[in-house]
Amino acid sequence: MTTETPIPDTAPAAPGEVVLDARGVTMRFGGLTAVRNVDFTVRSGEIVGLIGPNGAGKTTFFNCLTGLYIPTEGEVRYKGQVLPPKSFKVTAAGIARTFQNIRLFANMTVLENVLVGRHTRTKEGLWSALLRGPGFHRAEAASRARAMELLEFVGLEKKAEHLARNLPYGEQRKLEIARALASEPGLLLLDEPTAGMNPQETRTTEELVFAIRDKGIAVLVIEHDMRFIFNLCDRVAVLVQGEKLVEGDSATVQGDERVIAAYLGEPFENAPGDEEVAEVEAAEAAAEPEADNTSDAVPGKENDR
Amino acid sequence: MTTETTASETPETPETASAPAPAASGLIGLPAPLGRALATGGGILAVVSAFMSWTWTSAFPGDLTVYGYPGGLQVLVLIGGILTTLFGLASYGVRGLGALTPGSADSALKMAALGTFGTAWYTVIAISDELGGVVNLDPGGFVVAIATLAAVIGALALPFERPEPDPVDPDDTGWELFKHNSRQNWTNFRAAFATKAPAPAPTLPSWAEILVIIAAMAVGLFVFSYGIGTAYDELFIGFLIMAGFGFASLSKAGIVARVSAITAKHRNITMIGAFVAAAAFPFTQSNDQYATIGVYILIFATVALGLNIVVGLAGLLDLGYVAFLGVGAYTAALVSGSPSSPLHVQWPFWASALLGAVVAMIFGVVIGAPTLRLRGDYLAIVTLGFGEIFRITVLNLDGTSGPDVTNGSNGISSIPNLNILGFDFGAQHQILGSTIGRFANYLLLMLIITLIVVIVFRRSSDSRIGRAWVAIREDETAALAMGINGFRVKLIAFALGACLAGLSGSVQAHVTYTVTPEQYQFAYVVPPNSAFLLAAVVLGGMGTISGPLVGASLLYLIPAKLQFLGDYQLFAFGVTLILLMRFRPEGLIPNRRRQLEFHEEAEAPAVLTKAGA
Repeated sequence: MTTETPIPDTAPAAPGEVVLDARGVTMRFGGLTAVRNVDFTVRSGEIVGLIGPNGAGKTTFFNCLTGLYIPTEGEVRYKGQVLPPKSFKVTAAGIARTFQNIRLFANMTVLENVLVGRHTRTKEGLWSALLRGPGFHRAEAASRARAMELLEFVGLEKKAEHLARNLPYGEQRKLEIARALASEPGLLLLDEPTAGMNPQETRTTEELVFAIRDKGIAVLVIEHDMRFIFNLCDRVAVLVQGEKLVEGDSATVQGDERVIAAYLGEPFENAPGDEEVAEVEAAEAAAEPEADNTSDAVPGKENDR
Repeated sequence: MTTETTASETPETPETASAPAPAASGLIGLPAPLGRALATGGGILAVVSAFMSWTWTSAFPGDLTVYGYPGGLQVLVLIGGILTTLFGLASYGVRGLGALTPGSADSALKMAALGTFGTAWYTVIAISDELGGVVNLDPGGFVVAIATLAAVIGALALPFERPEPDPVDPDDTGWELFKHNSRQNWTNFRAAFATKAPAPAPTLPSWAEILVIIAAMAVGLFVFSYGIGTAYDELFIGFLIMAGFGFASLSKAGIVARVSAITAKHRNITMIGAFVAAAAFPFTQSNDQYATIGVYILIFATVALGLNIVVGLAGLLDLGYVAFLGVGAYTAALVSGSPSSPLHVQWPFWASALLGAVVAMIFGVVIGAPTLRLRGDYLAIVTLGFGEIFRITVLNLDGTSGPDVTNGSNGISSIPNLNILGFDFGAQHQILGSTIGRFANYLLLMLIITLIVVIVFRRSSDSRIGRAWVAIREDETAALAMGINGFRVKLIAFALGACLAGLSGSVQAHVTYTVTPEQYQFAYVVPPNSAFLLAAVVLGGMGTISGPLVGASLLYLIPAKLQFLGDYQLFAFGVTLILLMRFRPEGLIPNRRRQLEFHEEAEAPAVLTKAGA
C-alpha cells in the first residue's frame, strides 16, 4: 500500500484542532428518545471509535452526523459550521461516509464509482458536457487522475475497469472507502467497515485506516469487532441506551466495568451475576455466526435493473 | 437419467435419445457426418430451387412462376439458402470461410436452416392455402419444401454439448417429474443453440475495419429498405421470419459480436456511417410512400431516444412523456402561420423549433419540480396523470370550455410546409438524379434533429452529470451521500428530455399538417404515444443509443405492416412484447454495462468469488 501519496488539496488541519463537535445532541422519535444529550468531539488526525450494544443509538447518532436526521435538540458543528440538513450538503461540507451494508453503484465500473465520489469537487454542468470545451476535458482528465490515485491508495488500480459488483467482498469495502475519499473529506465516517471480513482482511482495513489518518483525515468508526476497535482507535466512546457512558483511550474503556456490563445487555446499575453473564455470552456466541451470515449476504444483493 | 420422449416444447424435433445420451449428439438421432451433409446439401438445393417455378399461376403475389428469376419470397429463401450453405461449408472447415464463423458454425447453421425452412414452408403453405390445395404447387415448390426440411433435419442432427442433467428427486410425484423433464429438455434444447465464446479477433488494419462498418451499414440499410418496402403481407411475414433467424444465425456465428466490437472502436465513424445510410434511404426509394413511413419512424425513434435519457440513464419512469412532444408540436403550430392558429404569425423554422424546445423544457421543469420528489411507481403514476392533464387541457382550450387557443378536438390544421432558406419542404426536388418528395425532405430534416439528440445523449451520458444520473438510478441514498444533489440532477434529466421531445415535436407538427389532442394520448394504436415510447426504450435496450432507434423502428413497422390482423393487431403486439421480455429482458441491444458484465463472467471467473462468503 502506498501510504505516502500526497493529497495536495486537503489542507491538513492543525493537529488537535476540533473537526467535529456535537453538543447536547438529542434525537427523539415520538415518545422514544434514541439519543440523549450526547457531547462528542473529533479532532483532526484522530481515529475515534463509537461502540455500544445493539439498539444503543449508534446509527441514529451517525445519521445525525451525516445530515439524514436533524437533531431534536443540540447541534453538530463541522469545523465551526453547523451541519446543513441535507446529506449531499454534508458531503460537500467535508464529511464523507461509508455504509454498513455496502452501497456501491453495482453496475458502474470501479473507476466510475470513484468518479461519482468526485462529484462535489467538480463543477462541470450539463452545458459544459454538451459543448465539450477545453475546460471540460481538463476537468475530466484531472478527475480521472485523482480517482486513479485513490484507487492506487486502496490497492485497486488494476481493477479500475471491472464492474463494482464483480469485486470480492473485501475489495468492495475498499472501493467504498476510496469513493468516500474522493470527495476530499476532512472527516471520514466508517459504519462497521469490517463487518463480514476475515481476520486478514480486517488487518488490511486497519492499515488502510491508519494510512487515511496519516493523510490528515479524521476518522470516526462504528464497529462491533472489539479487537479491531481497540487496536485502531485513539479514543473510544461507548453509547448505551442513547447516552454516552464513557469515553477515553482503549485501556480506560476496556477496564471500565460498566461498559462490560452494559455490553452484555444487562442494565448497568446492578451488576449481573456470573450465571447471567455466561448465559448472555453463550447466546451471543450462538448469534455470532448468524450475524456473519447476514452481513455476508449483503454483497450478494444484486441490483438487477 | 432416463429421458422420456416428452417432446412437449419441440414438436418438430422429437428426442430419440431414450437411453442415456452420449456426450455429444444432436437433437435428432442421425450420424453427425450425414447431418452435416444433409444440411449443406439442403442449403444448396434450396438455392437452386429458388430459381425454379413454385406455382403455376401468378395469382399468388410476387409471381413465383418464372424459371431462372427468383421473385418475392423466393429471394428470401435464396438468401436463407446461401447463408445455410455458407455456414454448412464453414462447419466443414473450408478454408477462407472460417473467418465467417468466429463463434459457432454449427449453431449458426442450425439457425440459418431453421430460418430457411420457416420461410420456405410458410410460402408453400400460404400458396396451398390461398390457392386451394397442394395441387397448385409446381415441382419447385416440392423441391424447396424437401430441401429445407432436409436442411433442418440435418442441422438439428449436429452434435452439441449437452449440459449436465440435474439429478431427479426420487420422491417427485408424476407432475413434478414431468416438470423436471420438461425443464431438462428445454435446457438441452437451448444448449443445442449455444455458442462458445468467440475466438479473439485478429487485428485488422483500420481501413479494413472501416470497410466492415460500411458494409454493415449497407446491409442494415438494405434490410431496412427491403422490410419497409415489402408490398404484400406474405412477403413481410416471410421477411420477418428470415430476418429474425438470419440475425440469430449471424449472431450465433459470432459475426454480430465482432462487428459491434469494431463499431465500438470507431464510434464516430459508425455514427457518421449510420447517418449517411439513413440519409441515403430516400434515394433508394422510387416514390414518397415509404419515405412517409421513414419520417414517422424517425420522429418516433428520436422521441424514444429522448425518453431514454429520462428512463434509461436517470431511471425516472415517465409515463407521460408524449405530452412534451405535444407541447413542442402545439407551440410550433401556433407560430407556424396556420390559419386556425389564434396567433397570426409565421416564425422561421429555427425560431419555432427553439421556442418549441424551450416551452417544452419549461413544462418539464414545472411538472418535474413537484413530481420528482417521488420515487419509482409513484413518479410513474403522477407523470401518467400529468400527461393526460396536458391532453385534456388542450382539448378544453377551444373557446367554449376555456380560452380559444388550440381549437379543442379539431386541433390546429393546415400547418404550412416549412421553407428554410428558399428550400420548400412541400415541393419535390431533384437531387442527384432522384426525386425527393415532401416526406423525404422532412426525413432529411428530422435526421438532423435525430443527430442532435444522439449527440446530446452521448455527450451528457459520458460526463459528470451522466455519471450522477446513473448513480441516482443505481442507489439514490448512496448517491446523495456522495454529494449529488439528487433532485437537481433528476430535474436536469427531466427538463433535458422534455426539451428534446419538444424539438422533435416542432418538426412533427409540420410533417402531419395537423396537431390534435388525440395524437398525444397515453396509449393509442399508432405510435408515438407514451406507452409505445416506453416500449421502444425497453424493447430496444435501456441506456443505449441504438436500442431505442431499433426498438422504435420495429414497433412502428410491425404494427403498420400487420394491419391485416385487424382487431388482433394490439393483441399480437402484446404477445410479442411479453415473449421478448421473457427471453431477452435486457432489450435487443443490451447496455454496455450488461455486456461488460457478461464479458467479465466469461473472462475472469475468479473475480466473482466472494472472499467473505
